[in-house]
Amino acid sequence: MVKKESNLVKNLFNKELEQKPTRDGYGKGLLEAGKKDKNVVALCADLTESTRTHLFAEAFPERFFQVGVAEQNMVTVAAGLGVSGKVPFIASYATFSPGRAWEQIRTTICYNDSNVKIAGHHAGISVGPDGATHQALEDIATMRALPNMRVVVPCDAVEAYKATMASAHIHGPVYLRFGREKTPVFTTSDTPFLPGRAEIFYQGAKPTIAIVACGSLVYEALKAAQMLKDEGISCIVVNNHTIKPLDEKCLLAVARKVKGVVSVEEHQVAGGLGSALSELFARKHPMSMEFVGMQDSFGESGSPAELLEKYGLNAAGIVKAVKRLKKKNSA
Amino acid sequence: MRLSSSKLLLLEKKANDIRQNIIEALVEAGSGHSAGPLGMADIFTALYFHVLNHDPDNPDWPERDRFVLSNGHICPLLYTTMAHAGYFPIEELFTLRKLGTRLQGHPHRKTLPGLESTSGPLGSGLSQAIGMALAGKLDSKKYRTYCACSDGEQDEGNFWEAVMLAGKLKLSSLTAVMDRNNIQIDGNTESVMPLEPLRAKYEAFNWHVIEIDGHNIAQFVDAVNEARAIFEKPTMIIAHTIPGKGVSFMERDYTWHGKPPTKIEAEEALNELRTLEGKIESEHN
Repeated sequence: MVKKESNLVKNLFNKELEQKPTRDGYGKGLLEAGKKDKNVVALCADLTESTRTHLFAEAFPERFFQVGVAEQNMVTVAAGLGVSGKVPFIASYATFSPGRAWEQIRTTICYNDSNVKIAGHHAGISVGPDGATHQALEDIATMRALPNMRVVVPCDAVEAYKATMASAHIHGPVYLRFGREKTPVFTTSDTPFLPGRAEIFYQGAKPTIAIVACGSLVYEALKAAQMLKDEGISCIVVNNHTIKPLDEKCLLAVARKVKGVVSVEEHQVAGGLGSALSELFARKHPMSMEFVGMQDSFGESGSPAELLEKYGLNAAGIVKAVKRLKKKNSA
Repeated sequence: MRLSSSKLLLLEKKANDIRQNIIEALVEAGSGHSAGPLGMADIFTALYFHVLNHDPDNPDWPERDRFVLSNGHICPLLYTTMAHAGYFPIEELFTLRKLGTRLQGHPHRKTLPGLESTSGPLGSGLSQAIGMALAGKLDSKKYRTYCACSDGEQDEGNFWEAVMLAGKLKLSSLTAVMDRNNIQIDGNTESVMPLEPLRAKYEAFNWHVIEIDGHNIAQFVDAVNEARAIFEKPTMIIAHTIPGKGVSFMERDYTWHGKPPTKIEAEEALNELRTLEGKIESEHN
């Protein structure tokens, strides 16, 4: 059952559900954070509208810096601003920032402990026709490995807004991950969101499997749980928006209730959410897992729906993974 | 910021003392860079004892001038100059590169008060200095931002991204000084990756450019004063220096970029510095 306390939209499985890209939430959140705190500044590397930074740039032109197509410079200028009392938000496509600027992020933001918020846009294979060069699939791994960095992957535009606003109040480096495509808006302003806390969205009766997801695939996980229920398989679905630091308490409590965990992410299975979960479970509660994500391959051109289908990153793919895990567990 | 002749003499003496402490710290550490720190000692002395508006007893003073060391590997010089300026005891220099030290092999802002940035990987300091200068501008602060960089790190793309941006923003509160010593790890800069014509390059990116003898403290102070009078442009001071300056067997030899002297070499180096290369008699002999 969808948990009442999660206050998701009423018509959750309705096909007419409103659709918005998570980057819209970033744009709105950044604008709002800028209104609340004059120390919030924004930088962009020639992708102002695409990253929705233009809302902030138009409202606060004196606090917006256009650095041109120069992601390494964007990162390091922000590092200087971030140690000087400013709260810089920097935005580009995730393949470019953090992708191209990893060492600068490591040295001048993380090690230097500069108060920079990195917004990686167009993450995941759902970027679509632009192809593999523009589909960030390794960013969670590269950011998660850095000391001092926090990693947040919002599940829809509403949560993206909350995550952006919240990151302005976290002192230190934060990585926020957003998608290009419109995806269902299924949380509401009343849905609980706290950075660092996982939320159980769906709680089946006597569950045997937990599906732990991040990003827009949380919605696909909910759909999968509903489909599995009809087949007599009961699941828990966790919205694990914060991959670092993990909400160990919630995740271990969930793991103890079930016989297996399926991780779900629009990211390589190496180094992402699934890896983070398996590190936790291996240490504190060993259990069998399946990993829904990119299986060590690049993406390609195609429509978002076609690509998600081909690579198994949708409700049907999650259902298959749950069944694989059930089979493995009963063998 | 006029420099009197008596102050100039004091600064020259101070630079020599700093060079001696650099040699001593490096020999104790057993690793580290020799040539760059010795080459920039005159300029760092002028910065910390004449140019910078700073307060070693209050390193976080919001109005302080910002000084960013981009080529972090010459930190033995930065540490020694800071110790002489009163940021920490001179004896602490002998902890350089040792376990638990505040004087990390490359500078780390979080461990040592008075450091403005963490650096080492080349090419990222100028951008950070831009960030600090922009923050000052937004807050209507009067502080100036200085960035010391090397010539070798001009090879980095990130560096030129910063040069372009500072020109675009007309950041006149930003002054950079380049250690033009013509060496980098693999050899002379003009054979590894030719940099010239540097002046024309910076002018083309809308910077004001001043070239000086990097061992002439008076020239450096004049250049800094000139930069303060330039509006609408950041300034690049190209300081022509001799790597390993003050120690004859290190001077102009790129193999001294990244190694420390042995004990015997250090004794020879210290003797040269104390006697100004044999011109005067050392009081230590």
